[in-house]
Amino acid sequence: MTDIKTTEKKTVVIRFSGDSGDGMQLTGTLFSNLSAILGNEISTFPDYPSEIRAPQGTLFGVSGFQVHLGSEKIYTPGDDADVLVTMNPAALKVNAKGIKKHSIIIFDTDAFGKKELEKAQFTTDNPFEELKISDTVQLIPVALTSLTQESLKDFDMDNKSVLRSKNMFALGLVCWLFNRPIDAAIHFLSGKFKNKPKVLEANVKVLVDGFNYGHNLHLNVSTFQVNKSDSTPKGMYTSISGNKATAWGLIAASKKANLELFLGSYPITPSSDIMQELARRKDMGVKVMQSEDEIAGITTAIGASFAGALAATNTSGPGIALKSEAIGLAVMAELPLVIVDVMRGGPSTGLPTKTEQTDLLQAMYGRNGESPVVVLAASTPANCFHYAFMAAKIALEYSTPVVLLTDGFIGNGSSLWKLPKFADLPEIKPHYVKSGMTGLSATARDPETKIRYWNIPGVPGLEHRNGGLEKNYVTGAVSTEALNHQRMVDARQAKVNYVVNAIPDLKVEGSADADLLVIGWGSTYGHLKTAVLDLNEQGKKVALAHFTYINPLPKNTAEVITKYKKVVVCELNGGQFATLLRTKVPGREYLQYNKVQGQPFSSAELEEHISSLLK
Amino acid sequence: MDTIEKTQYTVNDFKSDQLVRWCPGCGDYAILAAMQKVMADIGVAPEKTVVVSGIGCSSRLPYYVNSYGFHGIHGRGAAIATGVKVANPDLTVWQVTGDGDCLAIGGNHFIHSVRRNIDINVLIFNNQIYGLTKGQYSPTTLKGCITNSSPFGTIEEPFRPGELTMGARGTFFGRVLDVDMKSSHMTMLAATKHKGTSVVECLVNCVIFHDGAHKYLSEKTTREDRTIVLEHGKKMIFGKNRDKGLILEGLNLKVVTIGENGITENDILTHDAKTPDPTLHLKLILMSGPEYPVALGVIRDVEAETYNDALTKQIADVQAKSSVKTFDDLIDSVEQWEM
Repeated sequence: MTDIKTTEKKTVVIRFSGDSGDGMQLTGTLFSNLSAILGNEISTFPDYPSEIRAPQGTLFGVSGFQVHLGSEKIYTPGDDADVLVTMNPAALKVNAKGIKKHSIIIFDTDAFGKKELEKAQFTTDNPFEELKISDTVQLIPVALTSLTQESLKDFDMDNKSVLRSKNMFALGLVCWLFNRPIDAAIHFLSGKFKNKPKVLEANVKVLVDGFNYGHNLHLNVSTFQVNKSDSTPKGMYTSISGNKATAWGLIAASKKANLELFLGSYPITPSSDIMQELARRKDMGVKVMQSEDEIAGITTAIGASFAGALAATNTSGPGIALKSEAIGLAVMAELPLVIVDVMRGGPSTGLPTKTEQTDLLQAMYGRNGESPVVVLAASTPANCFHYAFMAAKIALEYSTPVVLLTDGFIGNGSSLWKLPKFADLPEIKPHYVKSGMTGLSATARDPETKIRYWNIPGVPGLEHRNGGLEKNYVTGAVSTEALNHQRMVDARQAKVNYVVNAIPDLKVEGSADADLLVIGWGSTYGHLKTAVLDLNEQGKKVALAHFTYINPLPKNTAEVITKYKKVVVCELNGGQFATLLRTKVPGREYLQYNKVQGQPFSSAELEEHISSLLK
Repeated sequence: MDTIEKTQYTVNDFKSDQLVRWCPGCGDYAILAAMQKVMADIGVAPEKTVVVSGIGCSSRLPYYVNSYGFHGIHGRGAAIATGVKVANPDLTVWQVTGDGDCLAIGGNHFIHSVRRNIDINVLIFNNQIYGLTKGQYSPTTLKGCITNSSPFGTIEEPFRPGELTMGARGTFFGRVLDVDMKSSHMTMLAATKHKGTSVVECLVNCVIFHDGAHKYLSEKTTREDRTIVLEHGKKMIFGKNRDKGLILEGLNLKVVTIGENGITENDILTHDAKTPDPTLHLKLILMSGPEYPVALGVIRDVEAETYNDALTKQIADVQAKSSVKTFDDLIDSVEQWEM
């Protein structure tokens, strides 16, 4: 079959979209992992509704999964899609704006009847014309439903199970479109379903039929070839989601510190995967308590920290609000504690399954009293591992609560992760009471660094009472004395400030002689970097400073920021980091680019805005 | 001289250097004293003992005990104590709380720690009032009671802590009265021996904001007629003359007098605190005057698996079966490829 044209591409974006029950998340994950195994760079982004099984065919029930493949380094799940797989008209409508002009659309003709079109609020029988894309896109109409039924007619399966397999037909078709060897796909699927031989057999049958169907179509579409990436540093890799990486970062830290890991946690989207992953790791000795509420999640963790565990709690914005008083308790008691906030759209319940960076100031300041905590922000799915590890390391070494900010975008998204070796991870030395110390007060601290000694029950002679009341700097007894309170407030702040010695300097990427500095933090890194690199390639002089250490800020922050004629702070909120920088590095103008739509930036919109600032 | 591990303790070993700062005449003093006596009796070292509390008058107690202590935030003592015990099962953990701290703001944590059967000793100081915030009604304040926040009387039905404990599937419930040192000591001692969440309701008097709340029971001349101290395996006999007892008549308890109507001691119920069936325990918990004596002592003391035992077992089972022993094993276990 040599009549099929193949186009070689450096990067391709494909989006799977359907009802929330159509298995699009699974299909997308299978395809991205298969591609990664075949040597591609990958980055993925699931975009799903908060309804578990929304009414079929409705616009609000559309679930999507975007995969970005590259034969070169890629930093984001991509902007607009080159290929859209759409299981119904609603999915088409929701995604029509997010596709490239000449994209390929694979759609299930069985699901594009009058009823389904009406459900998706189309008013004519040609949705493509109605969306004004019929002249530009290339359509691959496939009777996915009936072909799947035909494929499985000899299997003893009920109709519901048969229909559930149509995503495998789509996957087979996509494997053909992307020139994925079908043997590799079968092998990969076999690993996934090795404990369910009947399911495997059916899935493989449908997958292969889908693949062959594409092959025999003789369509006037060119297939894609995305070669192995050779710009990826050599090594062993896996694909990992940010939430799983966060969980594993905490496990690694507990092993390095030689401590038990305790997680107190209450289910909340999009953070629950962290708890679920840790609950699976009893083999690593992890103790996970699914608590009765958010407050118990953190207060059990505080109890565990007092008793000598590496303690953590994970949540999202509404949960942080509920935990605020207890974070203050951990500040006051000066106990190590990791608080992971996988941010989502707010305020209140907001947009549970959508991403935002709107909890920054809540993490910084959302407590009563002078209540400083260390704040970190991971910037990619894979580096959630590193920052969770560092959050635990700083918490243990500085006897302080540390908030780690991730979000729905990197928490649920996944990227390639170069597998670490335990021996290569940094050491963790908790700030224990030193041997020979006796009669220590509850507030005993290192005189220089102000770090409180972690004084764990079980040692005779070191009995003490800790807690939320202000204590005397020297004796540790409850105190309301004016100057003592000032001294304690100053000591707790000084300790957090001292963490600056543990964090790396801020790096600047992009043009060395730029006049414009783009500033970002956390999960926007990939989009900002892509935008800045593209602009640099176009000869535009722009640099990027991306923050992952938020409190304290890196030592050279002021030095970097004040060097540039213009700075623009880009973030997925109304300007919270810009507000923080105005306080921490005052005396200069900060431009802002903000988006609060529950969606990540697109590199294109960033490029456009940054370019406009260069004029 | 070699240091020998101390295994015998006195009350003084559990007294801290802090001056106790409750109001003169407060019922909390008596409970603290009984608790320190029990601590000495059970022989657990101060360094292996942790006292956790929330907020309120009673929650100041950890400062007065020479042990590790944690004075938490309002209502969260049960959750903090849970974390301490789960993280370090070797510690003996006490949770000290009040009727407001435990049953209003901390109600959720209370029922769930009981349901999970966390191996902690919970002392609920029930004075039926908010003391530290100066005299507002609590979830145990009797209906109609006039307080600073209910100037025309409360219109709410109160919780009965024992009933709530049973509703949360509690395995241990005892009740003590501040003025009755002997049964307080006996009940708390049983609480420490019980594996699981031991709930002890301590009826204490607040001399400032609710003086005499438990006067009906604590009045010396009538106390023995108005209360019954329950002990497992002993007859349910009470009264100044030890001539009154409880029998079952149909589905209900009934107070009878030994020697009258042909009733002999043999007819009196024998207390079985160990039976898992909560029916009679609940009836005993709910007894109130003047028809019945109020039950003190150990009402329920049932063996059941604790959270820690189940967790330890599950971790051991999983570890025995898993080939993942180290972090590097964990890394090796993932689907991976070379790039």
